[in-house]
Amino acid sequence: MTTATSTPVSYKRVVSALGTGIPVYALLVVLLVAIAVTDPSFYELDRFLAFVKRAAPLVILAAGQYLVIVSGEFDLSVGAIVTAGVVVAAELYGSFTDSHWLVISLALVLGGAIVGLANGLITTALRVPSFITTLGMMLILEGAVFYWTGGSPTGVLPEDFRALGRNSAFGWLPWAVLACLAVGAFAVWLMRRDFGRTLMATGDSERTAALSGVRVHRVRVLAFVLSGVAAALAAILVGGFSGVSAQAGRGLEFEAITAVVLGGVVLGGGRGSVVAAMAGAFSLQALFTLLNLQGVSGALESTVQGVIVIAAVGLGAANWSRIRRRSNSSGGTPS
Amino acid sequence: MKPLRKHRLLAPGAALFAAALLTSCSSDAPPESPGASASESQDDKATEQSKFFEQAEYDRQIKLADVTPEGPADKPWVQMLEPEMRDTAEFKKKGGLAGTHLCFSNAGVFNPWRQVGLKNMQAEVKLHKEITKFTVLDAQGKDDKQISDIEELTGKGCDALIVSPNTTATLTPAVEAACTKVPVIVFDRGVQTDCPVTFINPIGGYGYGSVAADFLVEKVKPKGKILALRISPGVDVLENRWSAAKVAFDKSELDVVDIKFTEGDTAKTKSIVADAISRHGQIDGVWMDAGATSVAAIEAFEDAGVDVPPITGEDQQDFLKAWKDKKLTAIAPTYPTFQWRTPVIAALDILAGKQVPKEWKLPQPTVTEENLDDYLQEGMPPLHYAMCGCEDLPGFPKEWGGK
Amino acid sequence: MTPTALAPSVLKPEPARRRTKLTDPAVGVWLAAAVVIVLGWLIVTIDGGSFFARANLTTILSNCVALGLVAVGQSAVILTGSLDLSVAYLISLGTLVAAETMQDGSVVTGILAVLALSIAVGLANGLIVTGLKVNAFIATLGTAFILRGWIEDNYTGPAGQVPASFRHLGYDRIGPIPVSIFLLAAVAAAAWFITRRTRLGHHMYATGGDEHAARLSGVRTRRTVVIAHIICSLCVGAAALFLASRLGAGAPWAGTEARYDLESIAAVVLGGTALAGGRGGVAGTLGGVLILAVLDSVFNQLSVDPFFKNVVRGVVIIAAVALYARRGRRSA
Repeated sequence: MTTATSTPVSYKRVVSALGTGIPVYALLVVLLVAIAVTDPSFYELDRFLAFVKRAAPLVILAAGQYLVIVSGEFDLSVGAIVTAGVVVAAELYGSFTDSHWLVISLALVLGGAIVGLANGLITTALRVPSFITTLGMMLILEGAVFYWTGGSPTGVLPEDFRALGRNSAFGWLPWAVLACLAVGAFAVWLMRRDFGRTLMATGDSERTAALSGVRVHRVRVLAFVLSGVAAALAAILVGGFSGVSAQAGRGLEFEAITAVVLGGVVLGGGRGSVVAAMAGAFSLQALFTLLNLQGVSGALESTVQGVIVIAAVGLGAANWSRIRRRSNSSGGTPS
Repeated sequence: MKPLRKHRLLAPGAALFAAALLTSCSSDAPPESPGASASESQDDKATEQSKFFEQAEYDRQIKLADVTPEGPADKPWVQMLEPEMRDTAEFKKKGGLAGTHLCFSNAGVFNPWRQVGLKNMQAEVKLHKEITKFTVLDAQGKDDKQISDIEELTGKGCDALIVSPNTTATLTPAVEAACTKVPVIVFDRGVQTDCPVTFINPIGGYGYGSVAADFLVEKVKPKGKILALRISPGVDVLENRWSAAKVAFDKSELDVVDIKFTEGDTAKTKSIVADAISRHGQIDGVWMDAGATSVAAIEAFEDAGVDVPPITGEDQQDFLKAWKDKKLTAIAPTYPTFQWRTPVIAALDILAGKQVPKEWKLPQPTVTEENLDDYLQEGMPPLHYAMCGCEDLPGFPKEWGGK
Repeated sequence: MTPTALAPSVLKPEPARRRTKLTDPAVGVWLAAAVVIVLGWLIVTIDGGSFFARANLTTILSNCVALGLVAVGQSAVILTGSLDLSVAYLISLGTLVAAETMQDGSVVTGILAVLALSIAVGLANGLIVTGLKVNAFIATLGTAFILRGWIEDNYTGPAGQVPASFRHLGYDRIGPIPVSIFLLAAVAAAAWFITRRTRLGHHMYATGGDEHAARLSGVRTRRTVVIAHIICSLCVGAAALFLASRLGAGAPWAGTEARYDLESIAAVVLGGTALAGGRGGVAGTLGGVLILAVLDSVFNQLSVDPFFKNVVRGVVIIAAVALYARRGRRSA
């Protein structure tokens, strides 16, 4: 964002981007410090990388979800895509035992893109609210995959497919961390391109964007496709990390949305940064780790999670309106 | 204007309504015997304690584990432990068994155990030509839907009704109501009433939990650190497994350092185990209340670069395979899926007027180092349960996803 | 266009005019429900079953009750432009509180306890949404997590016992009609009256249609949203009471296994209420609930694979909303 200081408009954007992001960075620092106090050995390279590796699928999902949310929509189908991806990969290996892992991975990514395309087209062309589109898609995917497999996956994921989620490059750097970095870099790059700006404009005000020549539908469809692809990548990592499971993606859609919102991204679109969204995912994972290290009982875990999510977003909302009010002194009501 | 018209309609409407109430009011609620509510609430208190531990039932299950079952050894699904037979002449189907309509209210097929089980039951039905109609309603894990399902089935002309209750306490009224109309067979989880003709289940959760815990007590050196992984709190069968294990661990010199809930999620399991290893330095044994995530736990040890300690699992193929391939020190108590065959057999016995046990206790075999090879079946899917007793059923192995 | 110029049209109760038109989504929904019933009857009859058998009608109606109560409540918040994802856990906690209170006390104290709990949760939801300015999706997801922790920390399974007298609500019927349907009818009528015939209702539509404009024209939007959340939770409380009477005990998974959170939203949207708020109503929601219940019954009769059911449900929900969107565009 260093290039953006030249005009007052982009200066405001910097302030607002930081403003929405500040609470999540603060939260992340607090959580990481708390983990350090609880267990200093957490910051040994191995363990820290293991933590990042564990967070990777959620971070990637959050990046995809960010694109959809910032354009003013929701994607509730990502959890189902992850489950479907893992199960389908296992089924594919069941039928074509000696497939190269790259082929299967590409097939999954393609599948994710197709599901995203369907989500996007139904939402834009048929004007179905994305909440409903993706909720329906979730039912359809889960139902179809389990109908096909008779309820439980029948194949096995071989070692070479699982390497991406489980093993490390050069013996110390987990592939998942690399994948996570790559997706992050790509998302940042994307948001700085025209696409990012039009996406943001679409989410901010569809009408204004359309009037100023943005192909609103195409931008949104693309956001859904990218979210589907991100979910497929997450499926490859999750399947690699923990193997075949019929509930690999359960609840991930809500976790991803929570992460994005923790990052100060406003539901309804138009505001927030992708880095903050990914930081939100890290915060969520750090919170889980901290609770686990503290030995908080499994039951209370969700209570703490609920309180922190509400508090963080509430804090973000408060901060945000104050900063915005200060930055455009000409008036205008914060909404 | 409309609201006004409504008011005018109100009086005759109310009169009609009252008349309807008087003439046709009926209830599908179970018949209330005098003093029933008092005794029911006592029952309830008893089960509330049993959620943690019930000594008598514990003692019974530990004893049953050493009892030699009656019946053919190669067909454990028709074996019975210490049966107390009852007469079923009152349920005998007039005109013979031919054209039997069997109904089944299933809690759901939301996990591989139930999926394997349902396939067993469907195949068992196919073995019996006299069953001409087999109606299955799936409650998808919803208590409310299962209550409606049972009500619907009792009105469908079933000769016998098999129920696999989703929840013990909440399905009791519906089963009580069904008992007045049709012979009911309950299996897997029970209900808090003795109105079903027979209740079929294996030895039970205490037996399962103590087999696994005793194994660790034997294999892990004193003061060893045990990690207990549970699926989720509040499920009676699982609570029993844990409470029996706790009894064994409390008696031993082992140190249970962590009790964690995995929610059956493999990724979460790996995280929990990895965290436990780093937090406690080492883990000397893993106790699990169900097998679904045991392979994930094994992988977590491998990923952390340490040897896999003695571990308990269940009879799922993926665990058995990992056990053999990695030469683990392991044991797999089971909650056998062959129990899904028994209700069909029991139903036909009842309709034929043959005696059946009041509580049909099935054996609950354990997979050990010695018999591991018998249960590791090449070509079966990873989540298949070995103790299915399904090898002789029509459609095996294809219907079960095997090759 | 200044916001104040919008004000009169916002406050004018449009619903009263629209009610008579055929384009009213509620009419369309009930027509669709009728079509589904006829189709269901045909399919079941061809399959050799009897759709209009007494047991089947009772099942369909009693399957409407729980989802119907929740969906009516959900309609109130969605109309107001909010959302409630905490309903599933509130149902679970409600059944537990009802069963436990009734075991030790009377039925009345049990009902009061559940309603008090509902008001508290609804108030909390409303205040978090309006006071802390947390998006309703996140706010109610957060309360859902909090309730879940509370339930899992305090209950290890079904608890409590409902007296036999209270079970009549869940099991009695008049001819083929379960008495619980009157509970649904009463709650729905009350909700219909509030949304369509009172100032509060007009404020709810106005807030959901355009919160900014509504506020500028003098509607206390915050208070309206809070009250909508309380109404929603009260309906959910009623659903919890019904389920408690049906289950005979409280169950920690009474609300979550059935996914009442997402199902209720699906039913509301199927009933023609706009997710963004401001359009639709309780009447349509009931039609949506009926469609889902009839579909369920037909699937049951045909012994359809439960996984396949989900596929069909997903397609039906998307297709229905796509149809509404088309109609809306044409008439606009």
